[in-house]
Amino acid sequence: MALPLGLSIALQHLSHRRRQTLVSLLGVSLGVAFFIGISSMMQGFQRDFIARIIDVQPHVIVKDEVRAAPRQAVERAFPDGAISLRGLKPREEVRGIRGARNMLATLEEVPGVHVAPALSGNLLLRFGGKDVSVNVTGIQPERERHVTHLEKDLLSGSLDALYTTSNAIIIGEGIAAKAGIRKDDLISAVSPVGVVLKMKVVGIFRSNITLMDNFETYTLLKKAQILQNRANVINRLNVRLDDVERAGPLAASIERQFGYRSEPWQEQSRNVLGIFVIQNAIMYSTVTAILIVACFGIFNVISTVVFEKTRDIGILKSMGFRDKDIRRIFVLEGLIVGIIGTLIGWLIGWGLIEFMASLDFKMEGFVKAQGFVLYRTPKHYAISAAMAIVSATLAAWVPARRASQLNPVDIVRGAG
Amino acid sequence: MAGDAMNAIEARRLTRELPGPVPVTLVRDVDLKVNRGEFVAVTGPSGSGKSSLLYLLGLLDVPTSGSVLLHGHETAGLSADDMAQLRLARIGFVFQFHFLLPEFTCQANVEIPIRRLAALSDSQARKRAEALLDSLELADHRRKYPDQLSGGQRQRVAIARALANDPPLILADEPTGNLDTRTAALVFELFRKLAHDQGRTVLVVTHDAELAQTADRRIHLVDGRIIS
Repeated sequence: MALPLGLSIALQHLSHRRRQTLVSLLGVSLGVAFFIGISSMMQGFQRDFIARIIDVQPHVIVKDEVRAAPRQAVERAFPDGAISLRGLKPREEVRGIRGARNMLATLEEVPGVHVAPALSGNLLLRFGGKDVSVNVTGIQPERERHVTHLEKDLLSGSLDALYTTSNAIIIGEGIAAKAGIRKDDLISAVSPVGVVLKMKVVGIFRSNITLMDNFETYTLLKKAQILQNRANVINRLNVRLDDVERAGPLAASIERQFGYRSEPWQEQSRNVLGIFVIQNAIMYSTVTAILIVACFGIFNVISTVVFEKTRDIGILKSMGFRDKDIRRIFVLEGLIVGIIGTLIGWLIGWGLIEFMASLDFKMEGFVKAQGFVLYRTPKHYAISAAMAIVSATLAAWVPARRASQLNPVDIVRGAG
Repeated sequence: MAGDAMNAIEARRLTRELPGPVPVTLVRDVDLKVNRGEFVAVTGPSGSGKSSLLYLLGLLDVPTSGSVLLHGHETAGLSADDMAQLRLARIGFVFQFHFLLPEFTCQANVEIPIRRLAALSDSQARKRAEALLDSLELADHRRKYPDQLSGGQRQRVAIARALANDPPLILADEPTGNLDTRTAALVFELFRKLAHDQGRTVLVVTHDAELAQTADRRIHLVDGRIIS
């Protein structure tokens, strides 16, 4: 009997409508549990993916492209010309980063920045009657190992073998599997400009990013320049930073200074990051839908109680309960359902996470993974509680308001 | 104002109309004074406005015009919350139906207004409710729920609840309407005691002319007007 008066009346009402109360409790609990389970799964996946991107890919890539099409000579000469020329034949630009050596030197001066030059192009690998079209990147191993994850991803062989073996190439695991290539096999490589080389596979890597494992190969920068017939050309600078957060500003300042398109990792992966935004939107709308249904349940119970307890409300008001005292009782009922539902939902959600964590399976999508990567954080519990309790209270508010506005005279007179 | 303060209830030209396409006048130009400690019966045929008058005097309803003074204090213009507070502390209602909360024991029902007023601690509230039920010979039924009691017992619990905050004013609307003659007489006897022994002002609406005879004064209403 030590419970506050309003609370004990509210509890009596709810226990009187036990089954309906349980159903709405369940609704809230499921909403909370799904939110916790799904967001743990999705954020776990997303954070894992971002961590892998940051780990594996260069943080900034400087490409031999410019964002706006270059102005043609005639436009530069007559910027205010009154006549516009059509059918202008654009000047052929030599592809590749001009002054790359200079840029490389400048960037290497900056503390916390590691740079590696690269030339990438297409290549056709022939082995045992199979043709595999791949991307070949010419690298400098001594610089590359500070910038990308390649050396750590090698399943066999070493990066230095690119130096010690002539015409050496490192290929992705997916390519090796597709064409049946093993380490130390000799394969013929045909470049788009018609250069044909017999190359020796000195290493096979697995990055767990499916696209890379199926399409990427690496060779020495010099060898790539020969294959592409582009002596001394570099078309990419890969940059790795000690502090990932600096990627955006650094890319912007490189682009300002040198004019070449510089993409921080967020921009390189914007397709995937965009999918994450959509994923999160879907998750939030699913959970919101569940909670809305739960709210209807709460609204239903409390409306029923208000309807059934009209006489009680009348007598309480005649006794001297103010409108807000009555309102408080029914809002409290929503709050109780919200809070208890949240607690049960936490428990179910926690169980759901532990259950998913115990599952073991292989999947191959953007990345290869084993089982769910789960992200456990109290934040999910807090957000779900806030959503559940706020919506439960709102659902109770409408019938509570109606109850508080009942006129006691109508009730006692009607009954008499 | 000392003279006015003698009146527990004073109504001045009290009128209550129900608005609508055809307005209905429930109470018309009622002037009324009730002394402290007086036991008054309000009678009249059904639809004569006797219950409506009671609700106006008990601040459950607001008059269309005129005013109600309780113990010399003007109540017109009070906010709904102020009126609720006055009902809680100064007025005890008894209705034809007991209106006890069915989920609570008799003891708990009587405690509700005490705990709402919150002038007493929880343990004091419990003791007061026990004492009230004892004084109404309901000591054995404290732990029972309303539906385990007879009609007369329930009405006595309702009276105990009306007395919970020791109000100087008791207003009863057909309190014996559902009781047999013998029990009804006992309840009326109880109201008489509340007025004469405890000095409370008691106003009872009834259509039972015989019971009304036991009151100190009778007010007869017809069509919302006091006839005698």
